[in-house]
Amino acid sequence: MSMKRPIRVVVAKAGLDGHDRGAKVVARALRDAGMEVIYTGVHQTPEQVVETALQEDADAVGLSLLSGAHNYLFPRISELMREKGMDDVLLFGGGIIPEDDIPRLREHGVERIFPPGSSLEDIVEYVRDAVGRRRGGAATA
Amino acid sequence: MKVEKKPGATSSSKREWLESTYAPAVAKAPERKPRFSTISDTAVDPLYAAEDLAGLDPQRDLGYPGVFPYTRGVYPSMYRGRLWTMREFAGFGSPEDTNERFHYLLKHGVTGLSTAFDMPALMGRDPDDPLSRGEVGREGVAVSTLADLEILFRGIPLDEVTTSMTINAPASIVWAMYLANGESQGVPIEKMGGTIQNDCLKEYIAQREWIVPIRAAMGLVIDTLRFGAARTPRWNPISVSGYHMREAGATALQELAFTLIDGLEYVKWGVEAGLDPSAFVPRISFFFDVHNDLFEEIAKFRAARRIWAREIERRYHPHDERALMLRTHAQTAGVSLTAQQPYNNVVRVTLQALAAVLGGTQSLHTNSLDETYALPTEEAVTLALRTQQIIAHESGVADTIDPLAGSYYLEHLTNEMEQGFDRYLEQIEGLGGMVEAVERGYPQREITESSFHFQQQVDEGEKVIVGINKYQVPEETPIPVLRIDPDVERRQIERLAEVRRTRDAGRWRQAMDRLREAAVAARDSSRAELMPAFLECAHAYASIGEQVRVLKEVFGEYRDPGYF
Repeated sequence: MSMKRPIRVVVAKAGLDGHDRGAKVVARALRDAGMEVIYTGVHQTPEQVVETALQEDADAVGLSLLSGAHNYLFPRISELMREKGMDDVLLFGGGIIPEDDIPRLREHGVERIFPPGSSLEDIVEYVRDAVGRRRGGAATA
Repeated sequence: MKVEKKPGATSSSKREWLESTYAPAVAKAPERKPRFSTISDTAVDPLYAAEDLAGLDPQRDLGYPGVFPYTRGVYPSMYRGRLWTMREFAGFGSPEDTNERFHYLLKHGVTGLSTAFDMPALMGRDPDDPLSRGEVGREGVAVSTLADLEILFRGIPLDEVTTSMTINAPASIVWAMYLANGESQGVPIEKMGGTIQNDCLKEYIAQREWIVPIRAAMGLVIDTLRFGAARTPRWNPISVSGYHMREAGATALQELAFTLIDGLEYVKWGVEAGLDPSAFVPRISFFFDVHNDLFEEIAKFRAARRIWAREIERRYHPHDERALMLRTHAQTAGVSLTAQQPYNNVVRVTLQALAAVLGGTQSLHTNSLDETYALPTEEAVTLALRTQQIIAHESGVADTIDPLAGSYYLEHLTNEMEQGFDRYLEQIEGLGGMVEAVERGYPQREITESSFHFQQQVDEGEKVIVGINKYQVPEETPIPVLRIDPDVERRQIERLAEVRRTRDAGRWRQAMDRLREAAVAARDSSRAELMPAFLECAHAYASIGEQVRVLKEVFGEYRDPGYF
């Protein structure tokens, strides 16, 4: 893999949740920061999300969930990513997720959850650093 | 003591005051910010005065309560006669869980019920659908057949309590189940009162709970307006909603304009389908968000009433003047709540609720402090309800009608809202109307732009949110959060299987065939009727998912274009 290409992020909405304000604002901030962003649109199955990430050769998948289905959808997407050998792809997320649930999601491979009120700058910086670490410190954008 | 008269005190106009008194003072001591604006980023002057209302004719533009153009309120005595309806939106877990919450709320003084359905129901899917995994009963109550509605409303007199049901794409199906449930209890359809949200346009614009393509969805809405006009004088078969657009990032003006233009689009389609405006427009209700900027919000409600009255009168001259009255529900802005320092949310909700009341709303839902974490606990929802009761009974604001009328600032904002509406109306009519505008993504893009702009203002500290970009605390004390029983999904799947095993298979088959025929007829003619078929399906215990599958087969499915 070229170490120079821009970071590619799939911003995803899975399940029946239609709250897409956060996902769209984050997608745009990542794009404005020079990353290549693929937004899935709402109502994707976990399989569709992982397939998109695979097809797009994504460095990261950011999943937004405000429907309360996070305890099913995050682990399911993480499991499918492992099955497809996408161990080097970052999985992170945000939305309405009670703090008590976060440790369990971490165990399932969700590296970071951004709660409501997170700043765009923090999210952009995090994605850049986290992908950079996975690429061995050489990510651009 | 003798007071020395300052030169500025003799200013004879706002301009003179700005030049001779204000500017020198600001030059000496700069203001807090280089620019002041509302939360919607409309510029705010240091002062408003009579000059700002040039052209306002109080007789013509404000009138009196209960009189055209209804700026000051739709009813003659407003809250002196009857307070607004205090409705707390509720729904979670199983129908049993929510029925218990309904009884709790009624005991504590809510005056109407308001039902939140879970995502599978809202998207027209049964609990055993693969896409429903993990979502059953999470964001609202799980229902799929009449059997669930029977439990949900057990012990509630459907001829006395009015019920609002927040459901859109499958609204006709669930409304039919509610009416069928009442009929089985011996309450005639004509006697039941309430509201279904049933506003498909804002789904494509903002909320994203759709099933069929937009024009087919419009047809389903018109069918409910027709049924409502003929059969259910106490129902609002639609609640044209700005709430979701605002939550998705619209400004106050965009919320106002797109909502009213949506409303006008439904009226246009209804009239084209042969309905008499005086028969169905009076039953169209509205639903607005109420956000943090106190005066901007009050102005929005007042402008909404004036614009609706003027537009309906101009277009249709209905003989029933109730067609000109914009009746609305309001809900405090969920999006304004913060997860950080959550008790601050109680203060935000109080100010927002006050704005809704000063704006003359007909009913109100106040959000609970814990809703950035989960659906509210009983304690949190009680505090939200008490907030309304304190405003109603202790603050005095409900004792005289439209108490802020005549405020230079408020009347100026109200006028600005109306002028802004006119610009959006021209723009959208230029695109061929709201359906065409939505198909082209126009309102969606406008909202996305505003949402991004606001987030940038917050990130840059231009807009302060207490606890987010100012006055943060490093350590937060956790608050109690409502947990949904994870077993609800399994039990709802079992209940549905049981209903399928025990229902009258012959009656079910007949009802489903009749629905398919009615849907095909509706696809081919705007005058075909669907509601009688949905009612028969409800009585036959057909599930939401089964009925929606028929609609998808006949009308096709809508997919998210996914732009950002």
